[in-house]
Amino acid sequence: MLSIKNLKASIEDTEILKGLDLEVKPGEIHAIMGPNGSGKSTLASVLAGREDYEVTEGDVKFNGKDLLDLEPNERAGEGLFLAFQYPVEIPGVSNMNFLKQAINSIREYKGEDAIAAKEFLKKVKEKQDLVGLSGRLANRSVNEGFSGGEKKRNEIFQMAMLDPKLAILDETDSGLDIDALKTVADGVNQLRRKDNAFIVITHYQRLLDYIVPDVVHVLSEGKIVKSGPKELALELEEKGYDWLKEDEGVNA
Amino acid sequence: MAYTETELAEELENSKYKYGFTSKFDTDRVEKGLNEDIIRQISSKKNEPEWLLEFRLEAYRNWRKMKEPKWAHVKYEKPKFDEITYFAAPQPKKKLDSLDEVDPELKEMYDKLGISIEEQKKLAGVAMDVVVDSVSVQTTFKDKLEEKGIIFCSFSEAVQNYPDLVKKYMGKVVPPNDNFYAALNSAVFTDGSFCYIPKGVKCPMELSTYFRINEAGTGQFERTLIVAEDNSYVSYLEGCTAPMRDENQLHAAVVEIIAMDDAEVKYSTVQNWYPGDKDGKGGVYNFVTKRGLCDGRNSKISWTQVETGSAVTWKYPSCILKGDNSEGEFYSVAVTNNYQNADTGTKMIHLGKNTRSLIISKGISAGFSENSYRGLVQINKNAKNARNFSQCDSLLIGDKCGAHTFPYIETKNNSSKVEHEATTSKIGEDQIFYCQQRGMDEEQAVSLIVNGYVKEVLNKLPMEFAVEAKKLLEITLEGSVG
Amino acid sequence: MSTTSKKDKFIANFMKNPVADAIGQQQTVREEAFQALRELEFPTLKDEAWKYTRVAGILNKEFEVKEVENPALSENYLIPDLKVNRLVFINGKFQSELSEIIDSDLDIKTTAQARFENHDAVGGYLGSLTNHKNEIFTALNTAFNQTGAFVQIQKNKKPQFPVHIIDVTEGEGVTYQPRNLFVLEEGAELDVIHTIEGDNGQSFTNLVNEFVIKENAKASYYQVQRNGEKNNHIQTTQVYQAQNSRFRTGTYTFGGKLIRNNVNIAVDGENCETILNGAFLLNGKQHVDNHTFVDHLQPHCESHENYKGIIGGKATGVFNGKVLVRPDSQKINAFQSNQNILLTEQAEINSKPELEIYADDVKCSHGSTTGQMDEEALFYLMSRGLTKAGAMGLMIQAFAAESIEIVEIEPLKQWIESLVEERCKEIQD
Repeated sequence: MLSIKNLKASIEDTEILKGLDLEVKPGEIHAIMGPNGSGKSTLASVLAGREDYEVTEGDVKFNGKDLLDLEPNERAGEGLFLAFQYPVEIPGVSNMNFLKQAINSIREYKGEDAIAAKEFLKKVKEKQDLVGLSGRLANRSVNEGFSGGEKKRNEIFQMAMLDPKLAILDETDSGLDIDALKTVADGVNQLRRKDNAFIVITHYQRLLDYIVPDVVHVLSEGKIVKSGPKELALELEEKGYDWLKEDEGVNA
Repeated sequence: MAYTETELAEELENSKYKYGFTSKFDTDRVEKGLNEDIIRQISSKKNEPEWLLEFRLEAYRNWRKMKEPKWAHVKYEKPKFDEITYFAAPQPKKKLDSLDEVDPELKEMYDKLGISIEEQKKLAGVAMDVVVDSVSVQTTFKDKLEEKGIIFCSFSEAVQNYPDLVKKYMGKVVPPNDNFYAALNSAVFTDGSFCYIPKGVKCPMELSTYFRINEAGTGQFERTLIVAEDNSYVSYLEGCTAPMRDENQLHAAVVEIIAMDDAEVKYSTVQNWYPGDKDGKGGVYNFVTKRGLCDGRNSKISWTQVETGSAVTWKYPSCILKGDNSEGEFYSVAVTNNYQNADTGTKMIHLGKNTRSLIISKGISAGFSENSYRGLVQINKNAKNARNFSQCDSLLIGDKCGAHTFPYIETKNNSSKVEHEATTSKIGEDQIFYCQQRGMDEEQAVSLIVNGYVKEVLNKLPMEFAVEAKKLLEITLEGSVG
Repeated sequence: MSTTSKKDKFIANFMKNPVADAIGQQQTVREEAFQALRELEFPTLKDEAWKYTRVAGILNKEFEVKEVENPALSENYLIPDLKVNRLVFINGKFQSELSEIIDSDLDIKTTAQARFENHDAVGGYLGSLTNHKNEIFTALNTAFNQTGAFVQIQKNKKPQFPVHIIDVTEGEGVTYQPRNLFVLEEGAELDVIHTIEGDNGQSFTNLVNEFVIKENAKASYYQVQRNGEKNNHIQTTQVYQAQNSRFRTGTYTFGGKLIRNNVNIAVDGENCETILNGAFLLNGKQHVDNHTFVDHLQPHCESHENYKGIIGGKATGVFNGKVLVRPDSQKINAFQSNQNILLTEQAEINSKPELEIYADDVKCSHGSTTGQMDEEALFYLMSRGLTKAGAMGLMIQAFAAESIEIVEIEPLKQWIESLVEERCKEIQD
């Protein structure tokens, strides 16, 4: 589904990703962990197409298409979803209007008809329940006046509504209390299918108690330095990241 | 609601300036240029009483001594006042009693404007007066209004049928020598709307006027007068379009509102005169004097405007808060793109005790345009406990345009409270990216964000107008990103 | 009498005191000023920049340049607990015996002296920033100024003590036009305190300052206006900032009859910081007009402005602050605030904060409020035993404090605060 080869990216002439490789297959959940500044969020931003980052080398294929050639909205149309670490507030724009435009834009991209009002409302109700936001979105502007937890749940709600092929969760767990964390994780688990995939970017292991990954990768200084089964996350929690640095030479 | 979002989307595809057609009905016009003879001709064509001719001539003589104002932050070529035709009326000029008698071409034009009168009748219950090139051609719903004692007719009709009312109130709020363009209008105005709401009457429907410049080389000089007697209410809507032409057309209107004790008048405008082409050629000069007098206690006048059109806009809908406890409001969205120039805002003149005013202004500049808010809040000596709050925000799309804020705040009373806030910022890149990540293209994203930004003002418009306004915003900003 | 002949008559008074010949560039600048005086008229209320301030009252009077016989320095003019390099001017004339320079290697002299020596910096900079071709009061100063302070700080130098200029006006019908020039070479630092003092005579003072602040330099300029009650004071401070420089200024007005302060700052380099604050505490028939102009010519800069007006008696305050962001001056953060309290029924304030923005990636905002004392807070203080006057004084001080906070010289800050306290008592009488 997603194939990243030797990806190098920089921001304002500082290289952040220094030759990253990653393969994600349908049905998989990949966790990416790593210390602050290792390039986790940069990876998410580059995949989603944020302009500030310049890709200097490498290749990213998403379902056979060259992802880096696409505009951010085309990537969304192809089924890539990014749950933002800091969801953006858009004053005056209602959540419903926003979502409807998003859904219809993606449908249009795929050559499908616009969603019927009835179907849309039904879907909203169903997915709102999933993340415990029932009735709290309708009359409010996108993320405006939301608590941190609400914003993150709104991201998962949007993910559920847009039903992407590949969802990247960029530190969705940061700043969440344990209840909100469980809600977010429940949401992800319910959406998990054989034909979609998730990349969960996190700093802490605790989210992975609830979203069980197939593979855990450790990102350090712009490269994946170690990959392993879910137990790797626990090991990292115990030992920190420093022990990997000595190991780096062996892996690389 | 007559408009679905799908229809909206379809229209947007082939948008640009879609009102740029000309209709080819015969017109009756006076020769171009301006002198006392022309004014006498206009007056006699309209069969006006002597006092009105005198009013015009007096205004004309004043105008000749006046100079065009220069303080506004706008750049334009001075209109050639001798090249303008000051009167052009569609023929036949016989009185129209029903819609069936309307010139078919004229009717077709309404349809293009999207204001099918028949439909309006059925759907919205909006009483409508249509002014084409200065002359009022159709007023709907007259009978129903008459039952309530409401007068809603063309200005010319009012002069013939209610001369005392017109004489009593015309020029009371905007004196003929108020400013250069008001004086010009007072000399040559040809038609407009007149509206009178008697004591205790709440007007049951929106009253609406649609203005259209059609003939080449004509100016439009309409005059609107709204009088709301004690304890009455009316909501008035105004829409404007003009065809696409290379030369600049002049529009210099005067609107006067008088609100007596406990009366309330809401005046909403969606202004979409032709803005000129992408290179700034052509377009309408919109030099308008709009002023409301809160004459009575507890009276209220509320202006809402969505300004998307015109090459140059010079417009300050104002409130004179004379009655104690009276209230003035100004809600504005002004959007400029390409080479448009807008200098718009309001004046809130507090004279009475406990008077209140609120100003919410949202400016959006794109392309090479210049967009200025200019507003005066004046608290006079006797305006005890007066209150004002102003919020003026400017949004910039692109780095070749300008956004400016020029507030004048004059306070002469120490029991008053005046607050003004203004911000200028760029449209949020993170907001655009967020929308794009959810599948929207950049233009859609900009339009969505802008609509959110101006929502506070659009919410003040009646539903039909809000939809129209939203659509116009999108059309105006088209091509402003990328 | 027509305005033109009024102007000629007014200017003729200055002609009585010929100015020493200048050399080279200085002579050119002066000639430009004379040319401007011939062409320009004094402003009226019809001029947008003078919409709220009438200068006709000044023009109707006769003023003369006069020296005092026994110059003396009042203890009252000194700032307690502050060591300074002191320059004293009385009626525009430098008083060397009352002045004292304590920094040994400070390049400080009068502009007259510098001109006489044909000093490079004076030749290069005096009149280089001012708008003497288009602004009549600046032209007047440029044509007729006799002297003032000239300070040049060499590269990476910083005087140990601030420079304190004291301008005193004494006598009836006096006029003079001080001209000060401050040049900060790269990385230099300088603090200037300028206090304006005077007796009760009618007078007209027309001051022009120029600040040239080069790369990485830091300057501050505080003007404390304790002008005599019949003094008409027009001052223009013209500032040029090169990249990475910092300029902060505070204008604190307590005295004077008619005061017009023009502070014009051209921010012509990236990464500059500009702070301009002020407070005016007015009484009687005082009229004080603060005009500021921050011209952002380059990207990546920050400017903050905060003016507080406290207006009593029949006084009128004016605030007109303009921020201009030129095309391509991206990433500018500019904030502007003007808050006013009207204490009496006859007090007036005209506030005109302006933003003129031609670049899109900016954050600019302004706010203006006019109101009165918070009655609730007043009541609270009084219920705790304060007199009404005491409570109001305390609240005015708190209100003004924000504009004084920027003063980094502690004894100066305390002195200004004490002046505010004193002024509160006068305003309430």
